[in-house]
Amino acid sequence: MEQDLELEATVTNPPAVSAIPKQHSRMKRKYWVVALEKLFESIIRLCGISAVIFVLAIFFFVFREALPVLFSGEFSITEFLGSTKWYPTSSVNVRYGTFALIIGSFSVTILAMAIAVPFGIGAAIYISEFCNPKLKETLKIVIELLAAIPSVVWGFIGLTVMSKLIVTYTGAIIGVNLLNGGIILALMSVPIIVSIGEDALKAVPDSYREAAISMGTTKWQMIYRVLLPAAKNGLLAAVLLGIGRAVGETMAVLMATGHAVQLPYGLLDSVRTLTANIAAELGEAPSGSDHYRVLFLTGILLFCITFAVNLTADFIIRGVRRK
Amino acid sequence: MIKTGISLLFRATIILWAASFPLLISCGKNDNSGEKKSKKAAIQIKGSDTMVNVAQAWAEEYKKIEPSVDIEVSGGGSGVGIAALTRGTIDIATASRNMKTQEIEQAKKNTGKEPVEFIVGYDALAIYVHKDNPINQISIEQLDQIYSENGSITRWSQLGITIPGEKNDKIILISRQSSSGTYEFFREHVLQKKDFKLGSLDMNGSKEVVELVGHAKTAIGYSGMGYATKDVKMLSIINSAGQSPIVANLENAQSKKYPLSRSLLIYTLGQPDSVIKKYIDWTMSAAGQKIVLENGYVPMLATTQQSL
Repeated sequence: MEQDLELEATVTNPPAVSAIPKQHSRMKRKYWVVALEKLFESIIRLCGISAVIFVLAIFFFVFREALPVLFSGEFSITEFLGSTKWYPTSSVNVRYGTFALIIGSFSVTILAMAIAVPFGIGAAIYISEFCNPKLKETLKIVIELLAAIPSVVWGFIGLTVMSKLIVTYTGAIIGVNLLNGGIILALMSVPIIVSIGEDALKAVPDSYREAAISMGTTKWQMIYRVLLPAAKNGLLAAVLLGIGRAVGETMAVLMATGHAVQLPYGLLDSVRTLTANIAAELGEAPSGSDHYRVLFLTGILLFCITFAVNLTADFIIRGVRRK
Repeated sequence: MIKTGISLLFRATIILWAASFPLLISCGKNDNSGEKKSKKAAIQIKGSDTMVNVAQAWAEEYKKIEPSVDIEVSGGGSGVGIAALTRGTIDIATASRNMKTQEIEQAKKNTGKEPVEFIVGYDALAIYVHKDNPINQISIEQLDQIYSENGSITRWSQLGITIPGEKNDKIILISRQSSSGTYEFFREHVLQKKDFKLGSLDMNGSKEVVELVGHAKTAIGYSGMGYATKDVKMLSIINSAGQSPIVANLENAQSKKYPLSRSLLIYTLGQPDSVIKKYIDWTMSAAGQKIVLENGYVPMLATTQQSL
């Protein structure tokens, strides 16, 4: 791969270009080609670098907005992480405790994964190992469609359809709660888990399957003992990317979880997540106020969580590639 | 010869590229301001969720009278509208609470102009419960105990109420997100500036509060009088012990007898220009106040007397 690149590089070098036969028409075109090539090269390079610049700029901006509050004296990081009292606009006693929000985020994510992982991996195994090619194509398209549904539509489904179902079947008084948010998030992360999980299973060489079957295993034994261990890393990456989606999701959980700051004691309690809290409150927080800065700080907290999840996923995927 | 030509062309492209950006931006700006003066004026309105329906209705009606004026209305909460006004990004902020001194300071600091307040109507903040809830009246004191941080009332039985068909009689608190003017009004007038009990479901709109109360038998919520549906009922309010309960209705809100009545306000940055001034005057006219009434709010006294 790298050798190829070097080869290409030498072709575009000016000496190589001048080696082209000297015809008048060619002469004229040659300089055009060089100029255009350089122009496009610099544009493409700019595009490539811009991603890095954007990430750094976002880092810089978010930290710049958040940091002053850390040194303001009144702010305590233990209260921020450990207290459940979230009173950012109180007129008597302002308190910034995000513990209930952190637990809210985690509980919704864990519930979503508890539903989505078995479901998603199961679907991936079915698509990759059991179903016929025609059905496989249809299923893949439909699952991709599922991934393309905007999150606000999911939120709307949670708010209207799912909340009524929950009230009918669980006897809960309020339908917008942890269970609702978990189910909606699970439905949102299933497509990611299925498509990446299916890729991971497809990447297992057919010789593994053939070897297992020729040893006399049943299909289930082959999947359980050979395929799953072989595709372990890819499947784990699929799950982690699903988690990443679930943790960072905002609109759907804002609408489906009930938006109540409290520690949930059961599936039918309403919660509020970090993301939903930022979305709901950033618009009103006067820029530069403590409330505004603390919201950015919760943004950093969230950033750290998703960054850790994505980095882990990335390392695992790299592990797969090396094999 | 060719070389210099190429490099010239090259430079020219780059210069053109570089120049086009500010040009494009300034073009856009010029167009906008040109439009405002000559053909189409645009008024940006943002703020109170309580008022978003009436503001929308005003905008639609005003378009028939004054087609040259484009009015864009969006909600988000009084706090959101006021924050946008202090940044100078909108023309009019609607609010169901007064601007705080620090917000006025902020506006002056950012834009150099002082916000101007107009009263465009009144509203009664109603206390909603499910229609099957047998309760009919509630005192401010009880509401305080239900909603405030260290309040002692968490169950309907503590108020002597049994809800038919519900074993768990824990009161489900429905509240508003903290950017809402309704939230602030309730905190100031019912909780006496104390904090809310955590664990309330904070809805993002006046309508959502009423809808949720309509679905949940043990819930209680507060929202503008205009949002009542057939699934909910409004409670009469007892201002202080010994007084008779006051129903949330038009007359009681207009006379301010109802304890939770409030003004619907709009704010502009400095004295409004002629286009905006004309619009505001129109909202306060009989035609504008008729829309206030149609949307379930309380029109201003003077104009209703005129129309009556």
